[in-house]
Amino acid sequence: MDKRVGIDRVAFRLNGRAVDLRAGGGERLSRVLRERLGARDVKVGCDAGDCGACTVLVDGAPVCACLMPVQQAAGRRVETVAGLVAEDPSAQRLVASFADHGAAQCGVCTPGMLVSATALLREETAPDADAVADALGGVLCRCTGYRKIIDAVVHAGSPEPTPTPAADYGDCGDWGDGGNRHDRRDRGDRGDRVDRRESDDWGGRHDRRDGRPGTSIPRLDARAKLDGTERFGDDVAPADALALRIVRSPHHRAAFALGDIAAWRAHRPGIVAVLSAADIPGINRFGVIPPFADQPVFAESEARFRGEAVAAVVGEPAAIEALDEASFPVAWTPLPETLTMDQATAPEAADLHPGRAGNVMCRGRVACGDADAALRAADLVVEGRFATAFVEHAYIEPEAGFARLVDGRLEVHACTQAPVMDRECLAPILALDEAAVRIVPTGVGGGFGSKLDLSIQPFLALATLKTGRPVRHAYGRQESMQSTTKRHPGDMRVRIGATRDGRLSGMAFEGRFNTGAYASWGPTVANRVPVHASGPYRLADYRAEAMGIHTHCPPSGAFRGFGVPQAAIAQESLFDELAERLGHDRLAFRLRNALDNGVPTVCGQVFDQGVGIRACLTTLQPAWAAECAAATAFNRARGTLRRGVGVASGWYGCGNTSLPNPSTIKAGIRADGTVVLHQGAVDIGQGSNTVIAQIFAHALGVPVGAVALLGADTDITPDAGKTSASRQTFVSGNAARLSGESLRRQVLKLVNAAETSVIEPGAGVLCIRDGARRHAVELARLSADGDGYVLAACETYDPPTRPLDADGQGAPYAQFGYAAHLAVVEVDRALGTTRVVKLVAAHDVGRAINPLLVEGQVHGGVAQGLGMALMEEYLPGRTENLQDYLIPTMGDVPPIETLIVEEADAHGPYGAKGLGEHALIPTAPAILNAIKHAIGVRITQVPATPARVRAALRRQEHEQAQAQGREPGQQRGQEGEDG
Amino acid sequence: MTGEYFAPTRLDEALDVLATRDAVVVAGGTDYYPALGTRAERRDLVDLSRIAGLRGIERLADGSLRIGAATTWSDVARAALPPACAGLQAAARGVGSVQIQNSATLAGNLCNASPAADGVPPLLTLDAAVEIAGRSGRRHLALQDFILGPRRTALRPGEVVVAIRLPAPPAGAVSAFHKLGARRYLVISIAMTAVVLSLGPDGRIAALRVAVGACSPVARRLGALEAEAVGRYADTLAVTPAHLAPLSPIDDVRADAAYRHEAVAEQVQRAVRAAAAVAAAAGAGAGAGDG
Repeated sequence: MDKRVGIDRVAFRLNGRAVDLRAGGGERLSRVLRERLGARDVKVGCDAGDCGACTVLVDGAPVCACLMPVQQAAGRRVETVAGLVAEDPSAQRLVASFADHGAAQCGVCTPGMLVSATALLREETAPDADAVADALGGVLCRCTGYRKIIDAVVHAGSPEPTPTPAADYGDCGDWGDGGNRHDRRDRGDRGDRVDRRESDDWGGRHDRRDGRPGTSIPRLDARAKLDGTERFGDDVAPADALALRIVRSPHHRAAFALGDIAAWRAHRPGIVAVLSAADIPGINRFGVIPPFADQPVFAESEARFRGEAVAAVVGEPAAIEALDEASFPVAWTPLPETLTMDQATAPEAADLHPGRAGNVMCRGRVACGDADAALRAADLVVEGRFATAFVEHAYIEPEAGFARLVDGRLEVHACTQAPVMDRECLAPILALDEAAVRIVPTGVGGGFGSKLDLSIQPFLALATLKTGRPVRHAYGRQESMQSTTKRHPGDMRVRIGATRDGRLSGMAFEGRFNTGAYASWGPTVANRVPVHASGPYRLADYRAEAMGIHTHCPPSGAFRGFGVPQAAIAQESLFDELAERLGHDRLAFRLRNALDNGVPTVCGQVFDQGVGIRACLTTLQPAWAAECAAATAFNRARGTLRRGVGVASGWYGCGNTSLPNPSTIKAGIRADGTVVLHQGAVDIGQGSNTVIAQIFAHALGVPVGAVALLGADTDITPDAGKTSASRQTFVSGNAARLSGESLRRQVLKLVNAAETSVIEPGAGVLCIRDGARRHAVELARLSADGDGYVLAACETYDPPTRPLDADGQGAPYAQFGYAAHLAVVEVDRALGTTRVVKLVAAHDVGRAINPLLVEGQVHGGVAQGLGMALMEEYLPGRTENLQDYLIPTMGDVPPIETLIVEEADAHGPYGAKGLGEHALIPTAPAILNAIKHAIGVRITQVPATPARVRAALRRQEHEQAQAQGREPGQQRGQEGEDG
Repeated sequence: MTGEYFAPTRLDEALDVLATRDAVVVAGGTDYYPALGTRAERRDLVDLSRIAGLRGIERLADGSLRIGAATTWSDVARAALPPACAGLQAAARGVGSVQIQNSATLAGNLCNASPAADGVPPLLTLDAAVEIAGRSGRRHLALQDFILGPRRTALRPGEVVVAIRLPAPPAGAVSAFHKLGARRYLVISIAMTAVVLSLGPDGRIAALRVAVGACSPVARRLGALEAEAVGRYADTLAVTPAHLAPLSPIDDVRADAAYRHEAVAEQVQRAVRAAAAVAAAAGAGAGAGDG
């Protein structure tokens, strides 16, 4: 054996710097870069080449660092995003362009995008959108919907960069007068852009520092997300942290017994502790809705889903890395599992939880009028049964963080959407007072609902309490997919009636939702669905019932829309069936039945202002006419490829359903003149750091650039609630507005200045211009409070709602946001493949505080809705990675035209409404309706995979053949008219 | 705890290590690491990527090609190759992503022996052979004899693939590759078809090779179709169930067997017509107007 070929040292150049280190056999380059060379700008999303987040350049070529043995880098040049942004002019142009286009949201895929794009621009000047997609298609993004990224790269690569679309939209000077509606068009995909007024090397402009509501300033935290300095859950642990490995059930359901742990540990040096249910000092149970809290940190004797934790091994990183999990002493006894709702509700099925007979976790109901009578009276009733799949959130950042003890208190630094709720859920598990627990959210690499629940936090916390040492962990992709929450699969039976003249006459909805092994947000889904299943329409006679069913699947929880997207698929599909059979235009049918101001919702709630669905649908009319005509022309060729156009609406109540839902925002001015905003509304990429700051700055009357942000951190930011339910702009935004207004009153009162005065913060001084009068307040003369503020405000906003009665009648939300999407698809009849060609999204956001961020939310929601419609299906045990579980790639999301509708809301800050979840609700039904229009078949089960579309076409061919007395198969390629 | 890492620069060094140790061969790492997952590697690794002469495409005097085992998909995609290799190059551009193509090797794709390996159908249509080296010497196996089943090859302990050899394609041969997946990038095929075709002066098919992947444990040539096609116009060639007899698709998370059967018939038809159109456009079908 020739030892000369063995390697134990590796030397290469990292971002121009020579590095030389010892390396073990086959260590991944990504791991060495991050853990041993400090290059935390390299992100790891899957360790399998499926996401591209870890892309680096090796001798100029983009590769996945997670797939390269570090030894292969020997003697070569390795470049990461931090090095490129520091040195490479193309990367610097890209950074500015990404900021201006809003091409980074959470930022965790951004290093992979920027590195890939830099390699492209080095090879090819002025790449077009297709070339960009080919070059960046290996990097997955879950937030942006990709189009802003494509635009940003095309823009950065163009020889004479055109002005960006990030400038504000025309004259917004009338934003404060309420009631005016502006239609604003996202022209990013059509090159029809508004001039930028002023720029610096960071792509800024004067309104960036102003940032008044209505201006598209780049996100305030853009730079860190673009230059690799943003720190996510796995980027912050101290060097001496212990590692941990969680032992999880390989079975959907199994009894288990732990063996002789002490003996197992005895000859494993470096293992510091082994944790199981017996080690929990407090209550081995948590849940986001206290009355339903049912999930153990560690299963006690039976694992109820594949991936449920039964133990955790804590130790020195090398020992944990070398751990052979198969050696861990646990004996499994697989038990019969129920994975489907039919199995779980069969008479012989055992109950997963005592007190939840028949595996029914809970029910929700809304009823008004007399649905049955109205359906009997209807001229036409359509009905259908619709099924949706488990959908995985698939954020590119798996759950990660670390815990440590500081002065006897426990700190958990992890990615989360809900720091205060994390603390509330953790304290009882740990038997600690909440005051003894501090939650410090790290950068969050996408959440979409799943990072509302505890995931990694209790393991980190228990391990730290047990060992007294910092402990870190990052879920692997499989671990993340197996163990965290999913979108509820729905099984919905729906009947809807209409009169001949196209007016709705009764609707009955029954939905079962697979809530998995534990409750999580299942009760919210059961409550939200009946409230929303009517869609934003006038329905006087309505009954909707929903229930959550326990199965041996991972817990279903919150996912952008809480069940509403599933219900919208059923309702909007049947609306098309009604319109079609009545011979009505499908958009006109919706307009005829659209909810209006003064018309009660199915909950009996009457809004006298702010109902924006009619405006959304109306805004779609020109595109609808043009696209329908284009599809008809396209289909005249009668080819295999058929084009279809679909439309669907959506609405979503912002904030908690009929429950208190306060946000508190604190702010202060330091003696040095710094204006500080305690921004506790966690930014998971959607932009709350920017929007909340814009609102606050405007209320105070200072440019947003003058505001310094602190938080989120449970020690320094008051509770701004969860980042969920599309509530941050609305609820926390209002709290920020109130704080800003309070601070402004205090400032003006100092010099008795008029309300119209202008405040100009300076170093140690506040200048107040009151008409011709000018005051200078020396801040050092004022006394500072405990936080060091000479002026401070802390205000709370809680949206006005009323409880729902047994029939769901009441006032569940203070405001709804509204949306309507138009989808154009091309379906290949022979292969069953669907390509979405275009999407037009009209959104009533009340007031677009930041239109660029509005577009970002819309694009991201559309991409997720597209994935739900066409490709996403989580199958426990079968699609536990990003290779078998498909989310849209850069080549799958079509150009998206965003039409911003502003039907100002009386409760929203400056009229603003929430948006996050609205963005995906209409997408899937619009696509399904477009498929029906294209090929005449109704897909009732999503995702509409090529196999499902073909199966539906086969049934259609069979039925048509039978109807015509012919053999099936003779029909291929000569089907009848389109639907 | 980890094993040793060997990065030989000479083939005999690699074979020596493999002869004496229970070592795993890595090249691009794109199949090795996903399969490893979060487990720790205790075995030794032998990295073939630094062996002199193992990377690159060589055109030999007889018109045949020799593709070194460490040649990446990007190398293939960027190489100037004859039209018969256009299908192979299209497959190269469809493997995973640019990142994967820059690392992953053709030989690795064959040795991994996935039923959905993108490289196998085009290489089957090019009558590829695998050149294998061991301490006892070299041997060549036809590709269809090399891959024995899912994750199984004819490689013996201590052997490595050193090259893929492609005989000179038929004169005027062109090619096509069609891949069907549920998304645009980073996608494992539901079904794929590779075609190598040449047209006669009358525009009729003079020679046809068709291979289908992801529809059987190992990608298969469709011999009956190939035979029947000769002398026919591509436009009139209908794919029948009998033609697809070599295939045995299964139900998996990507599609069911019934769908694969149906889709692949369509896909084969399209790929043949696409190749015929290329041939006609290139004038390979001299004078024929209906290619």
